[in-house]
Amino acid sequence: MAIQTKPRKFLNDPADVVKESLAGLAAAHGDLLRYDRAAQIIVCKDAPRAGKVALVSGGGSGHEPLHGGFVGRGMLDAACPGEVFTSPVPDQMLAATKAVDGGAGVVHIVKNYTGDVLNFKMAAEDAADDGIRVASVVIDDDVAVQDSLYTAGRRGVGATVLAEKIAGAAAEKGASLDKVADTVKRVNERARSFGVALSSCVPPASGKPIFELPEGEIELGIGIHGEPGRRRAALGSASEVVDVMVEAVISDLKARAGSQVLAFVNGMGGTPQLELYLLYGEVDRKLRAAGVVPVRNLVGSYITSLEMAGASLTVLQLDDELTELWDAPVHTPALRWGV
Amino acid sequence: MDATTVTTWMREIETSVTQERDRLVQLDAAIGDGDHGTNMTRGFAAVVQALSQDQEAPPGRLLILAGRTLVSSVGGASGPLWGSALRSGGRVLGDQATFDGPQLVEVLAAALASVKDLGAASVGDKTMVDALEPAVAALGRTVGEGASLADALEAAAAAAEAGMRSTIPLQARKGRASYLGERSIGHQDPGATSTALMIRALQRAAAASS
Repeated sequence: MAIQTKPRKFLNDPADVVKESLAGLAAAHGDLLRYDRAAQIIVCKDAPRAGKVALVSGGGSGHEPLHGGFVGRGMLDAACPGEVFTSPVPDQMLAATKAVDGGAGVVHIVKNYTGDVLNFKMAAEDAADDGIRVASVVIDDDVAVQDSLYTAGRRGVGATVLAEKIAGAAAEKGASLDKVADTVKRVNERARSFGVALSSCVPPASGKPIFELPEGEIELGIGIHGEPGRRRAALGSASEVVDVMVEAVISDLKARAGSQVLAFVNGMGGTPQLELYLLYGEVDRKLRAAGVVPVRNLVGSYITSLEMAGASLTVLQLDDELTELWDAPVHTPALRWGV
Repeated sequence: MDATTVTTWMREIETSVTQERDRLVQLDAAIGDGDHGTNMTRGFAAVVQALSQDQEAPPGRLLILAGRTLVSSVGGASGPLWGSALRSGGRVLGDQATFDGPQLVEVLAAALASVKDLGAASVGDKTMVDALEPAVAALGRTVGEGASLADALEAAAAAAEAGMRSTIPLQARKGRASYLGERSIGHQDPGATSTALMIRALQRAAAASS
């Protein structure tokens, strides 16, 4: 048995990390949201809002600011955080759904992981039993996973953030349940992502890195749970890495030449903004060279994997409606403009 | 077998997954996200706690309660999968106070059907089904041949363990390990491993109550 070393993390009891972090989020942003400790959910302060379609998302913790940091005006009405990298349970999703339903129905935004899909499915059935209309949409934008009979299907990654923002704006404008759900679907269908990692990450409960990456190597095609990617390669220059990311995303997106896109360069938690903007510069140039025009962008760490060093690229093919919804005001702990 | 068998089974599982927690975490870290040991330990601690507050219930009701507790406390994929499995198994027994070998076969067959239905997995996908299906088959066969319950459960536990080992050379086609493609080959599936622990725990629980 190896000697247990203390992880280099700010913890009291590792078993309480999620609850204590959520309490801190509520302490910092009491003007926007509240933390229901018993149900372990984050709820928009003025929910439920009569007549407004509500948006609920959730998933394992460790991806902050996703999802709790996106609760507020113009985005999510509630978030259900599970344990670190573990899907929340149906009880949380049901409690969140009941807390935010304003009579117009609730959209569940579900990232495509077996656990998330199964638990949200059970919660949606329970909510229907309670007379709440729920529309569930699964996000699966990760091109690193072959979507075939031989996998659990593509993972939900960066497009989740964009879908929550854009569909949240649609709900804010008074769109119907079907329309809001359809907006989530459209974002998912028009977005593709690809991630890379330069290090693993350390879940608080185990205190050990999920995998070891030798110096000078890069994991290509990673998800957001510290899991290894599809293959490992020698770490090249930033320009060479972006070549791989842009090629993976663009070849799958099959956007028409001249298409207007939103380019989202996301940090995995351990990569500084210095490097993320360097990556964005490369992405912007290479997308234009590939024939698409980044007319909107988002650069920062929004869907993370604890302290993993790495980045993902999401490209969303815009149209007028999606652009307008993206530009609409949003006021949450992690995304804020137009207010 | 009766309600005590079920409570003992759940306690044996808790002991077993707690002892093997680190190994389950390591197996899951290799091809998943490293939370399986933690989740199973948390879930079965909650199950033992819930069952200790309901001493009077018949075995079927206890299995349903155990299943509900897993769904409410585990999360991930194993929560709904094992939760539904135990609930389906419990419903087979209704309110009867005792059950025999052939009924145990029906309980586990219902559990297996529920897992396969919810998870859409088959033998060979590198999942818990690779351990559970051969265990149910071995139990059904030996009970059908008139073997003692002790022998039948030994055969079931051995079949689950063989099934668990059979996942090593497989490429995962379900769950998070499937994202790794060929890199999942050579690793034992954590879900099949905890399933084998659970069938072994059942064998010990039945031995203790006979």
